[in-house]
Amino acid sequence: MLEDKSRWTPYWQAAPLALVFFVFFLLPLAVTFVVSFWTYTGYSIEPAFVGDNYVTAFDKCFASLPDLCTTFRTYLSTLRFCLLVWLITLVLGFTIAYYLVFEIRSNTVRIVLALLTTIPFWTSNVIRMISWIPLLGRNGLVNQALMGAGIVSEPVDWLLYSPFAVTLSLVHINTVFMIVPILNSMLRIDRSLIEAAYDTGASPWQTIWNVIVPLSKTGIAIGSIFVVTVVMGDFISVGLMGGQQIASAGKVIETQITALQFPIAAANAIVLLAVVLMIVWVMLRLVDIRKEL
Amino acid sequence: MSEGRSRAFYLLSAVFALYVLFLYGPTITILILSFQGPNGGMTFPMNGVSLHWFYNLWNGIGVPNVMDALVNSLELGLTVTILTVIISVMAGYAFRKKFRGSNALFFTAIASLILPSIVVSLGIALEFQIFNQSITGLGDSLVENYVDIENPTAWTNFLGWVGTTIQDNFSTLMGLFTSGLGAHLTWTLPFGLLIMFAVFNRFNPAYEEAARDLGATPWQTFRHVVLPMILPSLFGVALFGFTLSWDEIARSSQAVGAANTLPLTLRGLTTTVTTPVIYALGTVTTAVSFAVISTAFVGVLIVQARRRRHGSDAGKGTL
Repeated sequence: MLEDKSRWTPYWQAAPLALVFFVFFLLPLAVTFVVSFWTYTGYSIEPAFVGDNYVTAFDKCFASLPDLCTTFRTYLSTLRFCLLVWLITLVLGFTIAYYLVFEIRSNTVRIVLALLTTIPFWTSNVIRMISWIPLLGRNGLVNQALMGAGIVSEPVDWLLYSPFAVTLSLVHINTVFMIVPILNSMLRIDRSLIEAAYDTGASPWQTIWNVIVPLSKTGIAIGSIFVVTVVMGDFISVGLMGGQQIASAGKVIETQITALQFPIAAANAIVLLAVVLMIVWVMLRLVDIRKEL
Repeated sequence: MSEGRSRAFYLLSAVFALYVLFLYGPTITILILSFQGPNGGMTFPMNGVSLHWFYNLWNGIGVPNVMDALVNSLELGLTVTILTVIISVMAGYAFRKKFRGSNALFFTAIASLILPSIVVSLGIALEFQIFNQSITGLGDSLVENYVDIENPTAWTNFLGWVGTTIQDNFSTLMGLFTSGLGAHLTWTLPFGLLIMFAVFNRFNPAYEEAARDLGATPWQTFRHVVLPMILPSLFGVALFGFTLSWDEIARSSQAVGAANTLPLTLRGLTTTVTTPVIYALGTVTTAVSFAVISTAFVGVLIVQARRRRHGSDAGKGTL
């Protein structure tokens, strides 16, 4: 009797979680897929089964090749941000995790410094973007310094509301997603392996490249997946820091939602989803994450 | 590795220090600028020091709904926190046993964490629009079929009344505490779940077995044995729950209906407000985040201190 009852325990315990994900995640994804084939009027969406929305999403894309259509250009620009931010956060995140794990000797200091890098994660991203205005604006600190030092005679324009600002802000916000998983992987590395590498004559670089990097692979992969998926879908940073002038895959969707073109937005969302899933799939082929969770 | 500090150490320390400056510098800048004098601008130099912009903010900065947005975000954040803790702990318990669908549920949680927020947000918006259209459609068809018909019965009158009620009163199911709450939970629950995994992976089931052997019911075991042991981690889950909700913008963007949350309002203000009052709002928001972060840390420290002080109460006859 007791056995029979406890067999069902995990089911009701997991039920609230499953319910939330069903109603607010799985069902919405399914709805998005279905609606991407619907039509719309000014104020409502109507059931149908048409490919028009996808045709609109890829308007003249294939006919005009090799010239790139707007959609392809947008995705290319998004992918470029993605690659750049990924590279910078990876190098920065790896360096900082390495420093914390292998150069800091006291455990307490390590915890305090690690917390120092994570605390901003718990504060508002929008404010962290706004914070760049007094630094990078036309009359901002950087321009004041540059002009004061006589390096430039007029304020530099490309610091704010530019691709540079978008990249900076994305790095600013997302490096923590690299640091934490890489740190976690590095903390599990057996120190004697490093000693062994040194003892057998490996240089510090050889040790990093041949011992530490392979053993941190899981952390690197988890961090990369997080950063890449966040940047691929980003529309807040691109909007705010790009002065609403730079296109991104996410921003296209937002614009179409504002124009109440829900089915077209849905079609674009499905395309974005497919691209992101493809990238994640490729990354998962490179490492088996489940092994180390 | 035991000799004095290498050159690499100093170099990396410098990199780390620069990174921390990069991380905190901008936020500190707006903290300072929010105390700008009444005639000061959005950038340095400071034109005197005052609380003018906070006072301005308190009076609603001439922009409607700023204070409403703050209250909305607080209420939603607290609701999300409580639900995240309860649902995560329950799910964490469930995942300690094997159950059918556990893998699927786990991957759904991970997918919810990494899929683009704009897609999730749009999906929820579409779902609720379909709910709305269905309810309005139902109301219309009930009125059409059952109001002012020949031979009405009690039942058709009732159906007609339902239809009229829908037509008169129903506008939308979307809102802060329906679609908005759900959108936030899809973002906070994966974090909560992962923390609970980490907790229960390190949890020794011997304590529960001992409690059970001594005759404790499952609830007593949870309340008096498990809960006190995992309490510090629950502060962590709560910290994630509140701060992630308080700062959430991408998933809220399409899913909160007519009400606005604070981050959404802030984003709107960046294009319309050109005075340091926006920094004052930023300072207030950051202060709330820091208050929550410190509360969580202090909570953990208190629990640990109590634990050290009391140690085991075995044999002391307390319960």
